[in-house]
Amino acid sequence: MNSRSLQTTIVFLIMGGILALALGGYLGSASRQFGDVLIDIQTWVSTRFLGFQDFVTAPRDIVSLRQRNAELETQVSQLQAQLIEMQQRVNETEILAALVDFSRTNPESTYKAATVIGRDPSPFLHYIIINRGSNDDIRRGMPVVTNQGLVGRIDAVIADAARVQLITDPASAINVYLQNADTSAVLFGSVTGDISLDMISQNAVVDAGDLILTSGLGGGFPSDLIIGKVITIRTLEFELFQQATIQPAVDFTRLEIVLVITNFRPVDISPLVPSTSP
Amino acid sequence: MRNIVAFPLLGLAVILQSSIVSEMRLLSGYADLILLILAAWALQERVDSAWHWAAVACLMVGYISSMPWPILVIGYLAVVFMARILQRRVWQAPLLAMFSVVFLGTLFMHLLSFAILRILGTPFLFDDVMGLITLPGLLLNMLFSIPVYAFMRSLAHWVYPFEEYE
Repeated sequence: MNSRSLQTTIVFLIMGGILALALGGYLGSASRQFGDVLIDIQTWVSTRFLGFQDFVTAPRDIVSLRQRNAELETQVSQLQAQLIEMQQRVNETEILAALVDFSRTNPESTYKAATVIGRDPSPFLHYIIINRGSNDDIRRGMPVVTNQGLVGRIDAVIADAARVQLITDPASAINVYLQNADTSAVLFGSVTGDISLDMISQNAVVDAGDLILTSGLGGGFPSDLIIGKVITIRTLEFELFQQATIQPAVDFTRLEIVLVITNFRPVDISPLVPSTSP
Repeated sequence: MRNIVAFPLLGLAVILQSSIVSEMRLLSGYADLILLILAAWALQERVDSAWHWAAVACLMVGYISSMPWPILVIGYLAVVFMARILQRRVWQAPLLAMFSVVFLGTLFMHLLSFAILRILGTPFLFDDVMGLITLPGLLLNMLFSIPVYAFMRSLAHWVYPFEEYE
Protein backbone atom coordinates (compact mmCIF):
# COMPACT_ATOMS: atom_id res chain seq x y z
CA MET A 1 0.00 0.00 0.00
CA ASN A 2 1.56 3.18 -1.08
CA SER A 3 1.48 6.41 0.93
CA ARG A 4 -1.28 8.10 -1.16
CA SER A 5 -3.67 5.18 -0.58
CA LEU A 6 -2.85 5.32 3.07
CA GLN A 7 -3.70 9.04 3.25
CA THR A 8 -6.99 8.47 1.44
CA THR A 9 -7.88 5.68 3.78
CA ILE A 10 -7.05 7.83 6.81
CA VAL A 11 -9.16 10.68 5.48
CA PHE A 12 -12.12 8.42 4.88
CA LEU A 13 -11.73 6.89 8.30
CA ILE A 14 -11.64 10.32 9.93
CA MET A 15 -14.64 11.47 7.94
CA GLY A 16 -16.48 8.27 8.68
CA GLY A 17 -15.64 8.67 12.35
CA ILE A 18 -16.87 12.26 12.37
CA LEU A 19 -20.03 11.19 10.54
CA ALA A 20 -20.56 8.38 13.00
CA LEU A 21 -20.04 10.76 15.93
CA ALA A 22 -22.45 13.27 14.31
CA LEU A 23 -25.09 10.63 13.70
CA GLY A 24 -24.62 9.44 17.23
CA GLY A 25 -25.30 12.97 18.54
CA TYR A 26 -21.89 13.47 20.00
CA LEU A 27 -21.07 16.59 17.87
CA GLY A 28 -24.21 18.65 18.73
CA SER A 29 -22.54 21.40 20.71
CA ALA A 30 -19.61 21.67 18.32
CA SER A 31 -21.99 21.73 15.37
CA ARG A 32 -24.06 24.55 16.93
CA GLN A 33 -20.97 26.59 17.67
CA PHE A 34 -19.76 26.07 14.16
CA GLY A 35 -23.19 27.03 12.78
CA ASP A 36 -23.29 30.14 14.94
CA VAL A 37 -19.91 31.25 13.72
CA LEU A 38 -20.94 30.54 10.16
CA ILE A 39 -24.16 32.52 10.52
CA ASP A 40 -22.32 35.45 12.09
CA ILE A 41 -19.86 35.50 9.23
CA GLN A 42 -22.67 35.16 6.71
CA THR A 43 -24.59 38.02 8.34
CA TRP A 44 -21.54 40.27 8.42
CA VAL A 45 -20.74 39.60 4.77
CA SER A 46 -24.36 40.01 3.70
CA THR A 47 -24.78 43.27 5.58
CA ARG A 48 -21.64 44.73 4.11
CA PHE A 49 -22.62 43.59 0.67
CA LEU A 50 -26.07 45.14 0.92
CA GLY A 51 -24.52 48.38 2.17
CA PHE A 52 -22.15 48.38 -0.73
CA GLN A 53 -24.98 47.58 -3.13
CA ASP A 54 -27.02 50.49 -1.74
CA PHE A 55 -24.05 52.76 -2.09
CA VAL A 56 -23.54 51.76 -5.70
CA THR A 57 -27.19 51.87 -6.77
CA ALA A 58 -28.43 54.80 -4.61
CA PRO A 59 -27.88 57.61 -7.15
CA ARG A 60 -30.03 55.82 -9.70
CA ASP A 61 -32.75 55.37 -7.11
CA ILE A 62 -32.71 59.07 -6.17
CA VAL A 63 -33.09 60.10 -9.77
CA SER A 64 -35.96 57.71 -10.32
CA LEU A 65 -37.54 58.72 -7.01
CA ARG A 66 -37.31 62.36 -7.94
CA GLN A 67 -38.94 61.63 -11.27
CA ARG A 68 -41.65 59.66 -9.55
CA ASN A 69 -42.11 62.42 -6.98
CA ALA A 70 -42.47 65.01 -9.73
CA GLU A 71 -45.02 62.81 -11.50
CA LEU A 72 -46.99 62.38 -8.31
CA GLU A 73 -46.85 66.10 -7.51
CA THR A 74 -48.15 66.87 -10.98
CA GLN A 75 -50.90 64.33 -10.48
CA VAL A 76 -51.79 65.84 -7.08
CA SER A 77 -51.98 69.35 -8.50
CA GLN A 78 -54.15 68.09 -11.37
CA LEU A 79 -56.45 66.36 -8.90
CA GLN A 80 -56.60 69.47 -6.74
CA ALA A 81 -57.55 71.54 -9.78
CA GLN A 82 -60.22 68.98 -10.64
CA LEU A 83 -61.46 69.08 -7.06
CA ILE A 84 -61.76 72.87 -7.13
CA GLU A 85 -63.56 72.69 -10.46
CA MET A 86 -65.95 70.07 -9.10
CA GLN A 87 -66.63 72.16 -6.01
CA GLN A 88 -67.40 75.15 -8.23
CA ARG A 89 -69.75 73.02 -10.29
CA VAL A 90 -71.46 71.78 -7.14
CA ASN A 91 -71.90 75.38 -5.96
CA GLU A 92 -73.27 76.42 -9.36
CA THR A 93 -75.59 73.45 -9.39
CA GLU A 94 -76.90 74.31 -5.94
CA ILE A 95 -77.51 77.91 -6.98
CA LEU A 96 -79.18 76.84 -10.22
CA ALA A 97 -81.34 74.31 -8.39
CA ALA A 98 -82.51 77.05 -6.03
CA LEU A 99 -83.22 79.34 -8.99
CA VAL A 100 -85.17 76.59 -10.76
CA ASP A 101 -87.23 76.05 -7.60
CA PHE A 102 -87.87 79.78 -7.47
CA SER A 103 -88.97 79.94 -11.12
CA ARG A 104 -91.28 76.94 -10.58
CA THR A 105 -92.92 78.59 -7.60
CA ASN A 106 -93.36 81.81 -9.60
CA PRO A 107 -94.65 80.53 -12.94
CA GLU A 108 -96.27 83.84 -13.89
CA SER A 109 -92.87 85.22 -14.94
CA THR A 110 -90.40 83.94 -17.49
CA TYR A 111 -86.76 83.99 -16.52
CA LYS A 112 -83.38 83.94 -18.15
CA ALA A 113 -80.40 82.92 -16.02
CA ALA A 114 -77.23 84.98 -16.29
CA THR A 115 -73.80 84.82 -14.69
CA VAL A 116 -72.29 87.85 -12.98
CA ILE A 117 -69.02 88.59 -14.76
CA GLY A 118 -67.97 91.89 -13.23
CA ARG A 119 -68.76 95.01 -11.29
CA ASP A 120 -68.62 98.66 -12.16
CA PRO A 121 -65.01 99.92 -12.01
CA SER A 122 -66.06 102.91 -9.90
CA PRO A 123 -66.62 102.48 -6.15
CA PHE A 124 -69.24 105.24 -6.29
CA LEU A 125 -71.67 103.10 -8.22
CA HIS A 126 -73.22 99.73 -7.39
CA TYR A 127 -73.67 97.99 -10.72
CA ILE A 128 -72.93 94.49 -11.89
CA ILE A 129 -72.28 93.17 -15.38
CA ILE A 130 -73.99 89.96 -16.54
CA ASN A 131 -73.24 87.74 -19.51
CA ARG A 132 -76.64 88.08 -21.24
CA GLY A 133 -77.54 90.84 -23.64
CA SER A 134 -79.84 91.82 -26.45
CA ASN A 135 -79.04 88.56 -28.28
CA ASP A 136 -80.86 86.82 -25.42
CA ASP A 137 -83.83 89.23 -25.58
CA ILE A 138 -82.67 91.18 -22.56
CA ARG A 139 -84.01 94.74 -22.60
CA ARG A 140 -83.39 97.85 -20.56
CA GLY A 141 -85.54 98.09 -17.45
CA MET A 142 -86.09 94.36 -16.93
CA PRO A 143 -86.00 93.33 -13.26
CA VAL A 144 -83.22 91.08 -12.02
CA VAL A 145 -83.81 88.68 -9.13
CA THR A 146 -82.41 85.66 -7.35
CA ASN A 147 -84.31 83.00 -5.47
CA GLN A 148 -83.81 85.20 -2.37
CA GLY A 149 -85.30 88.39 -3.74
CA LEU A 150 -84.89 91.50 -5.88
CA VAL A 151 -81.39 92.36 -7.11
CA GLY A 152 -81.94 95.35 -9.40
CA ARG A 153 -82.85 96.21 -12.94
CA ILE A 154 -81.15 96.25 -16.33
CA ASP A 155 -79.58 99.64 -16.94
CA ALA A 156 -77.78 99.16 -20.26
CA VAL A 157 -77.58 96.36 -22.79
CA ILE A 158 -75.14 95.35 -25.50
CA ALA A 159 -75.23 92.25 -27.68
CA ASP A 160 -73.85 89.72 -25.20
CA ALA A 161 -73.78 91.55 -21.88
CA ALA A 162 -75.84 93.89 -19.77
CA ARG A 163 -75.27 96.24 -16.86
CA VAL A 164 -77.55 95.93 -13.85
CA GLN A 165 -78.19 98.72 -11.38
CA LEU A 166 -78.41 97.11 -7.94
CA ILE A 167 -81.02 98.24 -5.46
CA THR A 168 -78.08 99.20 -3.20
CA ASP A 169 -76.86 101.83 -5.68
CA PRO A 170 -76.95 105.34 -4.16
CA ALA A 171 -79.03 106.57 -7.11
CA SER A 172 -81.61 103.77 -6.80
CA ALA A 173 -85.13 104.54 -5.53
CA ILE A 174 -87.87 101.89 -5.54
CA ASN A 175 -91.50 102.03 -4.49
CA VAL A 176 -92.11 99.32 -1.93
CA TYR A 177 -94.92 97.95 0.17
CA LEU A 178 -94.70 96.97 3.83
CA GLN A 179 -96.86 93.91 4.09
CA ASN A 180 -97.65 93.90 7.80
CA ALA A 181 -98.08 97.66 8.12
CA ASP A 182 -100.11 97.81 4.91
CA THR A 183 -98.40 100.98 3.76
CA SER A 184 -96.12 102.18 0.97
CA ALA A 185 -92.64 103.66 1.18
CA VAL A 186 -89.59 104.34 -0.93
CA LEU A 187 -86.41 102.27 -0.74
CA PHE A 188 -83.04 103.99 -1.23
CA GLY A 189 -79.54 102.64 -1.69
CA SER A 190 -76.40 104.17 -0.24
CA VAL A 191 -72.65 104.48 -0.63
CA THR A 192 -72.06 101.68 1.86
CA GLY A 193 -74.34 99.22 0.08
CA ASP A 194 -76.93 99.38 2.85
CA ILE A 195 -80.56 100.02 1.95
CA SER A 196 -83.05 102.09 3.88
CA LEU A 197 -86.70 103.01 3.77
CA ASP A 198 -87.99 106.53 3.72
CA MET A 199 -91.35 108.22 3.28
CA ILE A 200 -93.14 105.83 5.63
CA SER A 201 -96.27 107.53 6.85
CA GLN A 202 -96.17 108.66 10.48
CA ASN A 203 -99.49 106.87 10.99
CA ALA A 204 -98.15 103.52 9.90
CA VAL A 205 -97.20 101.04 12.61
CA VAL A 206 -93.98 99.39 11.47
CA ASP A 207 -92.25 96.69 13.47
CA ALA A 208 -88.84 95.09 13.17
CA GLY A 209 -89.04 92.02 11.00
CA ASP A 210 -91.80 93.34 8.74
CA LEU A 211 -91.45 92.03 5.20
CA ILE A 212 -90.83 94.52 2.37
CA LEU A 213 -92.04 93.82 -1.16
CA THR A 214 -92.06 95.81 -4.36
CA SER A 215 -95.32 97.68 -4.72
CA GLY A 216 -95.35 97.93 -8.51
CA LEU A 217 -96.11 101.65 -8.30
CA GLY A 218 -94.38 103.68 -10.99
CA GLY A 219 -94.21 100.74 -13.36
CA GLY A 220 -90.51 100.12 -12.84
CA PHE A 221 -90.87 96.72 -11.16
CA PRO A 222 -93.51 94.03 -10.93
CA SER A 223 -95.27 93.86 -7.59
CA ASP A 224 -94.60 91.44 -4.74
CA LEU A 225 -90.90 90.82 -5.28
CA ILE A 226 -89.19 90.27 -1.92
CA ILE A 227 -86.63 92.89 -0.94
CA GLY A 228 -85.89 92.29 2.73
CA LYS A 229 -87.15 92.97 6.18
CA VAL A 230 -87.14 95.88 8.59
CA ILE A 231 -84.36 95.97 11.17
CA THR A 232 -84.87 99.26 12.98
CA ILE A 233 -87.37 102.11 12.71
CA ARG A 234 -86.63 105.77 13.34
CA THR A 235 -89.62 107.87 14.25
CA LEU A 236 -89.26 111.56 15.05
CA GLU A 237 -92.37 113.57 15.75
CA PHE A 238 -91.10 116.70 14.03
CA GLU A 239 -90.40 114.89 10.75
CA LEU A 240 -92.94 114.23 8.04
CA PHE A 241 -92.07 110.56 7.60
CA GLN A 242 -90.58 107.62 9.44
CA GLN A 243 -87.38 105.96 8.28
CA ALA A 244 -86.22 102.38 8.62
CA THR A 245 -83.07 100.40 8.02
CA ILE A 246 -83.45 97.21 6.03
CA GLN A 247 -81.81 93.81 6.00
CA PRO A 248 -81.78 92.88 2.29
CA ALA A 249 -82.86 89.36 1.40
CA VAL A 250 -80.08 89.08 -1.18
CA ASP A 251 -76.40 88.87 -0.24
CA PHE A 252 -75.01 91.40 -2.71
CA THR A 253 -71.40 90.54 -1.96
CA ARG A 254 -71.82 86.99 -3.24
CA LEU A 255 -73.86 87.40 -6.39
CA GLU A 256 -72.91 84.72 -8.90
CA ILE A 257 -75.98 83.75 -10.91
CA VAL A 258 -79.10 85.87 -11.31
CA LEU A 259 -82.41 85.62 -13.13
CA VAL A 260 -83.69 88.29 -15.49
CA ILE A 261 -87.50 88.52 -15.68
CA THR A 262 -87.92 88.74 -19.42
CA ASN A 263 -91.69 89.04 -19.69
CA PHE A 264 -91.86 92.29 -17.73
CA ARG A 265 -91.76 95.56 -19.64
CA PRO A 266 -91.28 98.65 -17.50
CA VAL A 267 -93.79 101.43 -18.01
CA ASP A 268 -92.46 104.88 -18.65
CA ILE A 269 -94.84 107.15 -16.78
CA SER A 270 -92.79 110.32 -17.19
CA PRO A 271 -95.13 111.77 -19.88
CA LEU A 272 -97.99 111.41 -17.39
CA VAL A 273 -96.22 113.27 -14.63
CA PRO A 274 -97.48 116.87 -14.61
CA SER A 275 -94.73 119.32 -15.43
CA THR A 276 -93.97 122.08 -12.96
CA SER A 277 -93.51 124.74 -15.64
CA PRO A 278 -96.63 126.74 -16.63
CA MET B 1 -47.31 101.72 -33.89
CA ARG B 2 -45.51 100.68 -30.70
CA ASN B 3 -48.19 102.37 -28.63
CA ILE B 4 -50.62 99.76 -29.84
CA VAL B 5 -49.66 97.91 -26.65
CA ALA B 6 -52.00 100.35 -24.89
CA PHE B 7 -55.06 98.54 -26.21
CA PRO B 8 -54.37 95.04 -24.84
CA LEU B 9 -52.83 96.37 -21.64
CA LEU B 10 -55.60 98.81 -20.81
CA GLY B 11 -58.21 96.30 -21.91
CA LEU B 12 -56.74 93.74 -19.53
CA ALA B 13 -56.55 96.38 -16.80
CA VAL B 14 -60.24 97.26 -17.23
CA ILE B 15 -61.18 93.58 -17.05
CA LEU B 16 -59.05 93.09 -13.92
CA GLN B 17 -60.51 96.24 -12.39
CA SER B 18 -64.06 95.06 -13.05
CA SER B 19 -63.64 91.44 -12.01
CA ILE B 20 -60.92 91.28 -9.36
CA VAL B 21 -59.85 94.68 -8.02
CA SER B 22 -63.47 95.74 -7.44
CA GLU B 23 -63.88 92.70 -5.18
CA MET B 24 -60.85 93.65 -3.05
CA ARG B 25 -62.68 96.18 -0.96
CA LEU B 26 -61.54 98.16 2.02
CA LEU B 27 -64.76 99.48 3.56
CA SER B 28 -66.51 100.65 0.39
CA GLY B 29 -63.41 101.76 -1.50
CA TYR B 30 -61.10 99.95 -3.86
CA ALA B 31 -58.04 100.68 -5.92
CA ASP B 32 -58.19 102.30 -9.36
CA LEU B 33 -55.87 100.22 -11.53
CA ILE B 34 -56.45 102.39 -14.60
CA LEU B 35 -55.46 105.55 -12.75
CA LEU B 36 -52.31 103.85 -11.45
CA ILE B 37 -51.32 102.65 -14.91
CA LEU B 38 -51.87 106.07 -16.46
CA ALA B 39 -49.93 107.83 -13.69
CA ALA B 40 -47.01 105.37 -13.87
CA TRP B 41 -46.89 105.52 -17.67
CA ALA B 42 -46.99 109.32 -17.81
CA LEU B 43 -44.15 109.50 -15.28
CA GLN B 44 -41.77 107.55 -17.52
CA GLU B 45 -39.22 109.91 -18.98
CA ARG B 46 -39.16 108.53 -22.51
CA VAL B 47 -42.90 108.11 -22.89
CA ASP B 48 -44.54 110.58 -25.23
CA SER B 49 -47.91 108.92 -25.62
CA ALA B 50 -49.47 109.30 -22.16
CA TRP B 51 -52.27 111.51 -23.48
CA HIS B 52 -53.23 108.88 -26.03
CA TRP B 53 -53.27 106.24 -23.32
CA ALA B 54 -55.59 108.44 -21.24
CA ALA B 55 -57.96 108.77 -24.18
CA VAL B 56 -57.98 104.99 -24.73
CA ALA B 57 -58.59 104.44 -21.02
CA CYS B 58 -61.54 106.85 -21.05
CA LEU B 59 -63.06 104.97 -23.98
CA MET B 60 -62.64 101.57 -22.37
CA VAL B 61 -63.80 102.47 -18.87
CA GLY B 62 -66.66 104.55 -20.28
CA TYR B 63 -67.81 101.55 -22.27
CA ILE B 64 -68.42 99.32 -19.26
CA SER B 65 -68.96 101.82 -16.46
CA SER B 66 -72.06 103.77 -15.65
CA MET B 67 -69.92 106.71 -14.57
CA PRO B 68 -70.68 109.89 -16.56
CA TRP B 69 -68.15 110.57 -19.33
CA PRO B 70 -66.98 114.00 -18.11
CA ILE B 71 -65.70 112.48 -14.86
CA LEU B 72 -63.56 109.95 -16.69
CA VAL B 73 -62.26 112.38 -19.31
CA ILE B 74 -61.44 115.23 -16.94
CA GLY B 75 -60.17 112.88 -14.22
CA TYR B 76 -57.81 110.75 -16.26
CA LEU B 77 -56.50 113.65 -18.33
CA ALA B 78 -55.87 115.58 -15.11
CA VAL B 79 -53.89 112.62 -13.72
CA VAL B 80 -51.71 112.56 -16.85
CA PHE B 81 -51.31 116.34 -16.66
CA MET B 82 -50.17 116.15 -13.03
CA ALA B 83 -47.79 113.31 -13.84
CA ARG B 84 -46.19 115.17 -16.75
CA ILE B 85 -45.73 118.30 -14.63
CA LEU B 86 -44.21 116.37 -11.74
CA GLN B 87 -42.09 114.22 -14.03
CA ARG B 88 -40.21 117.33 -15.16
CA ARG B 89 -39.79 118.68 -11.63
CA VAL B 90 -39.21 115.59 -9.49
CA TRP B 91 -37.44 113.46 -12.09
CA GLN B 92 -34.71 112.40 -9.64
CA ALA B 93 -37.20 110.72 -7.29
CA PRO B 94 -39.65 108.87 -9.51
CA LEU B 95 -41.32 106.94 -6.68
CA LEU B 96 -41.95 110.16 -4.79
CA ALA B 97 -43.49 111.58 -7.96
CA MET B 98 -45.61 108.43 -8.34
CA PHE B 99 -46.91 108.69 -4.77
CA SER B 100 -47.65 112.39 -5.25
CA VAL B 101 -49.53 111.83 -8.51
CA VAL B 102 -51.50 108.93 -7.09
CA PHE B 103 -52.40 110.88 -3.96
CA LEU B 104 -53.44 114.04 -5.77
CA GLY B 105 -55.01 112.19 -8.70
CA THR B 106 -57.15 109.95 -6.48
CA LEU B 107 -58.34 112.90 -4.41
CA PHE B 108 -59.14 114.91 -7.54
CA MET B 109 -60.93 112.01 -9.23
CA HIS B 110 -63.06 111.28 -6.18
CA LEU B 111 -63.92 114.90 -5.51
CA LEU B 112 -64.87 115.31 -9.15
CA SER B 113 -67.00 112.14 -9.04
CA PHE B 114 -68.68 113.33 -5.87
CA ALA B 115 -69.41 116.78 -7.28
CA ILE B 116 -70.77 115.65 -10.65
CA LEU B 117 -72.83 112.78 -9.24
CA ARG B 118 -74.30 115.15 -6.66
CA ILE B 119 -75.19 117.59 -9.43
CA LEU B 120 -76.84 114.74 -11.32
CA GLY B 121 -78.99 113.96 -8.30
CA THR B 122 -77.31 111.11 -6.45
CA PRO B 123 -77.78 111.77 -2.72
CA PHE B 124 -74.20 111.42 -1.46
CA LEU B 125 -72.97 112.65 1.90
CA PHE B 126 -69.48 114.15 1.80
CA ASP B 127 -68.41 112.50 5.07
CA ASP B 128 -69.56 109.09 3.87
CA VAL B 129 -67.75 109.45 0.57
CA MET B 130 -64.52 110.61 2.19
CA GLY B 131 -64.54 108.07 5.02
CA LEU B 132 -65.84 105.02 3.20
CA ILE B 133 -64.64 105.42 -0.40
CA THR B 134 -61.92 108.02 -0.82
CA LEU B 135 -59.60 107.33 2.12
CA PRO B 136 -59.68 103.51 1.76
CA GLY B 137 -59.28 103.89 -2.01
CA LEU B 138 -56.36 106.25 -1.47
CA LEU B 139 -54.64 103.78 0.83
CA LEU B 140 -55.10 100.91 -1.63
CA ASN B 141 -53.90 103.05 -4.54
CA MET B 142 -50.76 103.98 -2.61
CA LEU B 143 -50.14 100.30 -1.80
CA PHE B 144 -50.54 99.22 -5.41
CA SER B 145 -48.58 102.14 -6.83
CA ILE B 146 -45.13 100.57 -6.24
CA PRO B 147 -45.67 97.31 -8.19
CA VAL B 148 -47.58 99.13 -10.91
CA TYR B 149 -44.79 101.68 -11.25
CA ALA B 150 -42.17 98.93 -11.48
CA PHE B 151 -44.17 97.11 -14.13
CA MET B 152 -44.80 100.21 -16.22
CA ARG B 153 -41.14 101.19 -15.97
CA SER B 154 -40.15 97.80 -17.40
CA LEU B 155 -42.76 98.19 -20.10
CA ALA B 156 -41.45 101.66 -20.98
CA HIS B 157 -37.92 100.24 -21.32
CA TRP B 158 -39.29 97.57 -23.63
CA VAL B 159 -41.42 99.90 -25.73
CA TYR B 160 -38.81 102.68 -25.85
CA PRO B 161 -35.38 101.02 -25.96
CA PHE B 162 -32.63 103.23 -24.56
CA GLU B 163 -30.35 103.17 -27.63
CA GLU B 164 -33.13 104.31 -29.86
CA TYR B 165 -33.95 107.14 -27.50
CA GLU B 166 -30.36 108.38 -27.50
